[in-house]
Amino acid sequence: MKKILIAEDSSTMRSLLVATIECLGGYQIVEAASGFEALRLLPREPVDLIITDINMPDINGLELVSFVRGSDNYRHIPLFIISTEGSERDREKGLALGANEYLVKPFDPARLQELIVKYTS
Amino acid sequence: MANSHDTSGRAVEDFLAEAEEIVERLSTDLGTLSDCADSGECDPDLLNAIFRGAHSLKGLAGMFGFTDIQQLSHNLENLLDSLRLGKIPLTIATMNVLFDAMELLGSVVRGLGTGETFATAIADMIQRINDCATAQQGDGESPLQKLGLPDKVLNSLTEYEEHRLVENVKKGRTIFSIHASFSLMSFDQDLGEITEALKKSGEVVSTLPSASVTPESMIDFEILYGTDLAYDEVAGLIDRENVEITRIGAAAAAPPSAATSGTATAVPAISQAAAPAEVPAPAGQADDMTAKSMSQTVRVDIGKLDDLMNIVGELVLSQSIISTLATRMRLEGFSSLAIELGKAAKGLDRKLTELQKGVMEIRMIPVGQLFEKMARIVRKVSREQGKKVDLKTFGADTELDKLIIEDIADPMVHIIRNAIDHGLEPTEERVAAGKPERGTIRLSSYQKGNHVVIEVSDDGRGFNIEKVKKKALEKGLIKTLEGISDRDALDFIFLPGFSTADAVSELSGRGVGMDVVKNNIAAVSGMVDIESTFGKGSKVIITLPITLAIIKALLVSTAGRTYAIPITSVLETIIVTENDIDTVERKEVYQLRETTLPLVRLERFFGIPRTKPDSAEFYVVVVGVAEKRLGVIVDDLMGQQDIVIKALGDMFKGYRGITGAADLGDQRTILVLDVGGIIGEAFRSGG
Repeated sequence: MKKILIAEDSSTMRSLLVATIECLGGYQIVEAASGFEALRLLPREPVDLIITDINMPDINGLELVSFVRGSDNYRHIPLFIISTEGSERDREKGLALGANEYLVKPFDPARLQELIVKYTS
Repeated sequence: MANSHDTSGRAVEDFLAEAEEIVERLSTDLGTLSDCADSGECDPDLLNAIFRGAHSLKGLAGMFGFTDIQQLSHNLENLLDSLRLGKIPLTIATMNVLFDAMELLGSVVRGLGTGETFATAIADMIQRINDCATAQQGDGESPLQKLGLPDKVLNSLTEYEEHRLVENVKKGRTIFSIHASFSLMSFDQDLGEITEALKKSGEVVSTLPSASVTPESMIDFEILYGTDLAYDEVAGLIDRENVEITRIGAAAAAPPSAATSGTATAVPAISQAAAPAEVPAPAGQADDMTAKSMSQTVRVDIGKLDDLMNIVGELVLSQSIISTLATRMRLEGFSSLAIELGKAAKGLDRKLTELQKGVMEIRMIPVGQLFEKMARIVRKVSREQGKKVDLKTFGADTELDKLIIEDIADPMVHIIRNAIDHGLEPTEERVAAGKPERGTIRLSSYQKGNHVVIEVSDDGRGFNIEKVKKKALEKGLIKTLEGISDRDALDFIFLPGFSTADAVSELSGRGVGMDVVKNNIAAVSGMVDIESTFGKGSKVIITLPITLAIIKALLVSTAGRTYAIPITSVLETIIVTENDIDTVERKEVYQLRETTLPLVRLERFFGIPRTKPDSAEFYVVVVGVAEKRLGVIVDDLMGQQDIVIKALGDMFKGYRGITGAADLGDQRTILVLDVGGIIGEAFRSGG
C-alpha cells in the first residue's frame, strides 16, 4: 500500500485532502499538523508522496521542500505543494526547490487524484 | 468526496467550527495588535499570525464554495499582506477597518445556514479595505542580493520572510546564520529554546531544516537572525554544543552553512559541527515521543454531550428504581437476594456518580473564553465612544458549563456597553472629579458553593438613586417612594419599561433593556444584582449555577401537586404553624432568627385552588439566590432526587415561576421551580 504524507495545519483542509485521497483507495495517509511534525514523521514513516501547504506555523512549506530535496534519504520522494498562494513567485520558488507539482487552493480534487496516481505508480 | 460545493453536513460543520475558531483568534490578536500599535513597536510575528489566519480562512472558504467569506478574507488578506510587508503603515483608520471587517466576518460565518445574506455589507467592507490597501505603496528595491545568500536559502523564504530580512538589513542590523544540530527526538524543544533566547535581542527571520550529514537521528537547522548584537554576544546567547554561527553581510560571500567561513569575523564558534557525543535514544522510545506530540484535543458537538448527559440522567433514574426494588424485595421477604441486589445497586450508584461527574467536567470551559470576547467588546465600545478604558480580569480560570457561558455572552455585552456608555464619564469629567483619566472595567469570576459569580464593575459615575426613584414613579412602576430603600430602588432598573437615558444605554433603541438582560440570565437559572455608589461606580453581579445538566432537587408537594426545587437554592427547611406567621403590610412574613423572612404560598403563587383546608402545620422551604431570601410554604417535603431539567419549549415560554420539567423515572413528570423568578416577583410585589 502506498503511503502519503500530508503536511497542513488546517484540520478541515487535512480532512478534505484525506477524503480526496481515500476516494482513490489503496493509499495510507500520514497526517502532520505542522512542518515540525512532518520533519519528525519522515524518518519513521517511509512515504511515497508528500503533499504540503506553504503557510504553516513553525517552518513553511518551501523550507520543507528544501529539506526533503537536500536529504539523501528523501530527495527521491515526489512532492506537491498545495497553497492558497497563487503568486507566480512562490510557484517558481517551489518548483525551483524541486517540488513536482504546485496546486492552488481551492484545488480540483479530480486533478489532485490524477497527479497522485501519476506520481505513485 | 470534496468538491467546490460540498454541502455534506459533517464537512461543513467542521468548516464552521474551524472558521469560527479562526475568527475568534483573529479578533483577539487584533485587539493585542491595537494595544501595541498604541505604544509603538509591534511584534512582527503578531501581524504575520493575523495574516496567516485570514489566509487560512480564505483557503477553507474557497474549498467549500463560500464565496462571500472567501472574497472578504481575500481582500482582508491583501490588506494584511501590505501591512506585514511594510508597504502601508498601520494607522488608527486601518485598525478600525480591520476590527469592523473581522466583526463582519464573524457575523457572516455565524450566519451561514441561517439564510441571512450579507452581500451589501461585504461589498461595502471590501471597498473600505481596498481604500486602505491602496493608500500608498513602498519602493521595491531589495538589498537581499547583497547578502549573498545561497539560492537554496533564498528560495525557501516566503515573501514575508524576505521582507523581514530586508527590514532587518535596512535597520542596520547584522544578519547571522546560525547552524545547529539537534536530536530528532527533541528538536522542536531545543530549537524553541534557541529561538526564544535569540528573540530577546533580535528577530528570527527563518528556520530552514536540512537533513544532517551526521546520523539519521539528527536534524540540522539554519536560522537566519537579525540583531544589533556583535558576534560574541550572539555566541553568548546560545550556550550549547553543535552550534555554528556565521555572520552574513555584504562582504561575507561564503555560503553560511559551510563549515568554513569566508570572513575574518565569521569564526566557527562554540564547537565544530562534529558528530554528536550523546547517543540517540532507541527507536521505540522515539516513537512514543512523536506519537504524543499529535493533537491532544477532540472537538465535540455540544449536542452530543447533551445527549450523553440525558442518558446519564436516565441511568441515574434507573439506578434509583433498582435501589427502590431492592428495598421492596427486602421488605417482602426475599432477603438474601435483596441484599445482593442492594449491594450491586450501591456499586452502580458509585460508578454512575463518577460518570456523571466526568461528563459534567467535559462541558466545563474556563470563563476566560468569555472574558476574551468581552475584552473585544470593551475595545470596540471604548473606540466608538472615544473613551480611554482599561480592562482588568480576575479569575479567568473559573469553570462554567459551556452552554451557560454562551447564553450569558449577550447579556454581558449589554452590561459592559452600559458600563462604558453611561457608567464611565468622559475624560474631562473624570479629571475634574479627581479620578484617573482612564476608566477601568473589572471582570471577575469566582466559585461560590454550587454557583459561579461573575462581576462586572466600573469606576464611573454610579447610579443616581434619586433619579432612578423619580423615574420609576413617573413611569408608574411604583406608587409611592415611601419605604423604598436605595437597594430596592436599584432593582427598578430591571423592570420592563424602565428605560431612562440615565440608566440604560442607547441600545434600548435597539430593543434591549435591562429587563431582557435579567430574563436571559434567569433562563439559565441565574440571578443578577446591582450595587452602586453614586460618584464611585457600579457593580453588576451575576450569579449562575455551575451546570444546568443534572441537579439535585428537593421535591415538595402542595395542593396535591409535586414540584422540584433545585437544591442549590435551598438554604433550609423549617416546620411552622399558622400562629408563627405575622402579617406586615398585608404580606405574610416569618420571624426567622434575627431576620424577617417574606413568605409565599406556592399554591397561591400558581393560582391553584385549595382542595382541602389548610393544615395547622406546614413546611417552609427557605430559598435564596444571591443576597435575597424567601420562604416558600408547601404542604409536604418528599425528599431529594437527582433530576435532569428539560426545557419546556416555546409554548410554555413566559410562564412565571417555572424553569423546566423533569422526569421522575416512574412515568411522572414534574415542574421545576424558577427560584430566582419567584423571589424576584415576591420582592417586586412586596416592595
